Amino acid sequence: MSEPTVDLAAEYETSGVREVLEELDRALIGLSPVKQRIRETAALLLVDKARREMGLTQETPTLHMSFTGNPGTGKTTVARMMAGLLHRLGYIRKGHLVSVTRDDLVGQYIGHTAPKTKEVLKKAMGGVLFIDEAYYLYKPDNERDYGQEAIEILLQVMENNRDDLVVIMAGYADRMDKFFAANPGFRSRIAHHIDFPDYSDAELLQIAETMLEEQSYRFAPEARAAMADYIALRRAQPHFANARSIRNALDRARLRQANRLFSEAKGPLDAAALSTIAEPDIRASRVFRGGLDQDRPVAREAAE
Amino acid sequence: MRITQGCFSFLPDLDDAQITAQVEYILGRDWAVSLEYTDDPHPRNTYWEMWGNPMFDLRDAKGVMMELDECRKAHPEAYIRVQAFDDTRGFETVMMSFIVNRPAEEPAFHMQRTDHVGRSQKYGWEAR
Repeated sequence: MSEPTVDLAAEYETSGVREVLEELDRALIGLSPVKQRIRETAALLLVDKARREMGLTQETPTLHMSFTGNPGTGKTTVARMMAGLLHRLGYIRKGHLVSVTRDDLVGQYIGHTAPKTKEVLKKAMGGVLFIDEAYYLYKPDNERDYGQEAIEILLQVMENNRDDLVVIMAGYADRMDKFFAANPGFRSRIAHHIDFPDYSDAELLQIAETMLEEQSYRFAPEARAAMADYIALRRAQPHFANARSIRNALDRARLRQANRLFSEAKGPLDAAALSTIAEPDIRASRVFRGGLDQDRPVAREAAE
Repeated sequence: MRITQGCFSFLPDLDDAQITAQVEYILGRDWAVSLEYTDDPHPRNTYWEMWGNPMFDLRDAKGVMMELDECRKAHPEAYIRVQAFDDTRGFETVMMSFIVNRPAEEPAFHMQRTDHVGRSQKYGWEAR
């Protein structure tokens, strides 16, 4: 009798992991450290699966993860792909993503939190529970805060139902560190920490073009230059949220383009005119005049 | 006496893996699931106590099984049934109902005969 063998390459093809990783590469611009980590995780899980099939190991590995990074760096998108990946590898049964925040887990009065948290957990069974801004669950200044109750239930389920669901916690890096320091139970139960870097200006410009392409729009050449200027300026202003800021900027640019076409068009418009974002559509943004009034320094008021 | 109500009641009791498979079937057809329990299995007792709210948006049977475990812990000596509801007609219609927990000692039904006007008789049953 020959030794049982495993063909990892074949496994990689048939399980569909390859498709997920290719989609990850295609759909997400930049984020190379994240992609690297996910590829490593996928390799680990693939090997682990093979080991289990050969009877070398029995227990389910800990799959809970934490995603840290600034807003708009693609944490939710990656979590959704991670759910697909884990599903194809057979670590979760259904592969759906339930995205929640503190409001969905923590109740408003005594005895309200446990049923609420359990309700969410029931929905997430067989899939991935994505807790955005997880550190809001823990409020150290209020010892009677109901968040603690949700944390206890979560910890229990993360330990006992490892076969049934995977928990991904996400948020700003520094606040997540504080959260884990205050709740050591989480740190020990989370195996994979993935850090999401900010996008560079060039990557954001590429993201902007991809977003427009998806909606069948495109930049005029001068508009692309204007967008590059916009990104550089916007980054320095408050509430910058990477790709999300870009999406919002493009939504407003489309609004201005529609307005411009409406007021300027004399005759019939062709498809090219309808789908081109021109320079003035971008340049009209308040970002070029120093941002929103409320965010500007109050120096002017002080002078009066 | 073994109570035979709903689906599968003439079969041996379903084990948890079989219940999970049935619930997966229910969820696969986009039906809502609920748990109910009672200590009065009389066939005329249609409305059993609800164990929590019906579950409308589950994706996996594990959520139901968690509730079932809790219900069994709280009422080990009660009848517990799983029900499935279909809403395609605009209201929730029971599509499936099966018993998943029975007391160790099931009650017997006792028939009561009562004399009535003329020489007629009235019959009633009571679970003892």
